[in-house]
Amino acid sequence: MSFPWAEHYTPKHPLTKWVDERLPLPRFVYNAVGAGYPVPRNLNYFWNFGVLSGFALALQIVTGIILAMHYGANAGVAFDSVEHIMRDVNGGWLLRYAHANGASFFFIVVYTHILRGFYFGSYKAPREMVWLLGVVIFLLMMATAFMGYVLPWGQMSFWGAKVITGLFGAIPVVGEPIQTWLLGGFAPGNASLNRFFSLHYLLPFVIAAVIILHIWALHIPGSSNPTGVEVKGPQDTVPFHPYYTAKDGFGLGVFLIIYSLVLFFGPNALGHPDNYIPANPMSTPAHIVPEWYLWPF
Amino acid sequence: MATETTEPVVPVDGDGIRRRDFINVAAVAFAGVGAVAVLPTLINQMNPSADVLAAATTEVDLSAIKPGQAIKAIFRSQPLFVRYLTPKEISEADAVAAASLRDPQTLDERTQAGKKEWLVTMGVCTHLGCVPLGAGEGENKGEFGGYFCPCHGSSYDTAGRIRKGPAPKNLEVPTYKFTSDTAILVG
Repeated sequence: MSFPWAEHYTPKHPLTKWVDERLPLPRFVYNAVGAGYPVPRNLNYFWNFGVLSGFALALQIVTGIILAMHYGANAGVAFDSVEHIMRDVNGGWLLRYAHANGASFFFIVVYTHILRGFYFGSYKAPREMVWLLGVVIFLLMMATAFMGYVLPWGQMSFWGAKVITGLFGAIPVVGEPIQTWLLGGFAPGNASLNRFFSLHYLLPFVIAAVIILHIWALHIPGSSNPTGVEVKGPQDTVPFHPYYTAKDGFGLGVFLIIYSLVLFFGPNALGHPDNYIPANPMSTPAHIVPEWYLWPF
Repeated sequence: MATETTEPVVPVDGDGIRRRDFINVAAVAFAGVGAVAVLPTLINQMNPSADVLAAATTEVDLSAIKPGQAIKAIFRSQPLFVRYLTPKEISEADAVAAASLRDPQTLDERTQAGKKEWLVTMGVCTHLGCVPLGAGEGENKGEFGGYFCPCHGSSYDTAGRIRKGPAPKNLEVPTYKFTSDTAILVG
């Protein structure tokens, strides 16, 4: 895929040969994350965060699909159904905390991933497309995270929805009709909640699709490296497997330890207590702030 | 390019197992155990939640039921038949040799000691789950005087045992106990 000196997939067993001639999926995996993908040998641990982001997305999709089995996307029952998940569903508290904190950790690793790109110049030629697709992923992530935060239909959810859609209302002339269109009403209500749930379920899969393009675009020139000098030959690279699968595996272990510490010992540390109050359109919480990962905006 | 073969091969002992082999197996095993440890939570969440389980018992008041009458109650979101058998119905049920039945059971086995006149069964046909007729006033009780399933014609006798039609089993008797002479707790 990338370098002429990449190792080639040569199936030995008759069965793998048979599969390779009909559906070369093992070959594809081998060339993408196996020994057939040469990676600069001098990557530091900042290069782990792409894999960690992918893992965080998978974690969000798995826990999210499960939460959707127990959640009711209706303004009348949404808040209670979240409490039902926390109190009644077997392991529901763990799954919901895993999803809520998973969002925070998704942003932590993605921000690190982005800053790595800034600092080491990973966005420069010939990797502009990788960067541009990354921007698309980031925008989709913010939209997904925002809509997910609205779903519990607590005070912060409701007022978050009102404030964020209010940003669109600030556009001259067309702003107010756009805000009304986004909400399906004049204030956040059942229609807003339903469409946010629908899109919150859809967008992660769109993100996954753009990630495939992101990795495809990356694998054309291959990974950048901390020196900023492109690799010249086989002496500068090692095969992805086993070298970077092992390194990423170790990084994933460290990530999971830190994630578990927050998940089990401070699951609400990154949240806001006001979101345990049901949405009330007549009263704004005293401290209305977005989730930490949207603070820069 | 460094490859597996250029690494120093250091046998741990005489059997040719390298230190790296041990690390590989240990790391993959550790990750595997971790992944498997997560699975029970992901699977168990689909089981009935605490609020469903909390509603899984039903109390039935028997005081208003007269001999020969039956009532339909709801137990675990399904119909429950509670029937006050008349002496005639009891003797009809006892007259049948249990061994000759499709699902051999006597009325004594299907009721509680000293409370033979109270027949408590699920109102769910054992064929495909329809609600049999016969518990309501004036409903078709079938040719054996118990219950009759309108879907495929299964007929149950006065002990709720299958006598005719496609159903394979007698009407299920749920676990229940008498909390007083005129009340039962089902489930």
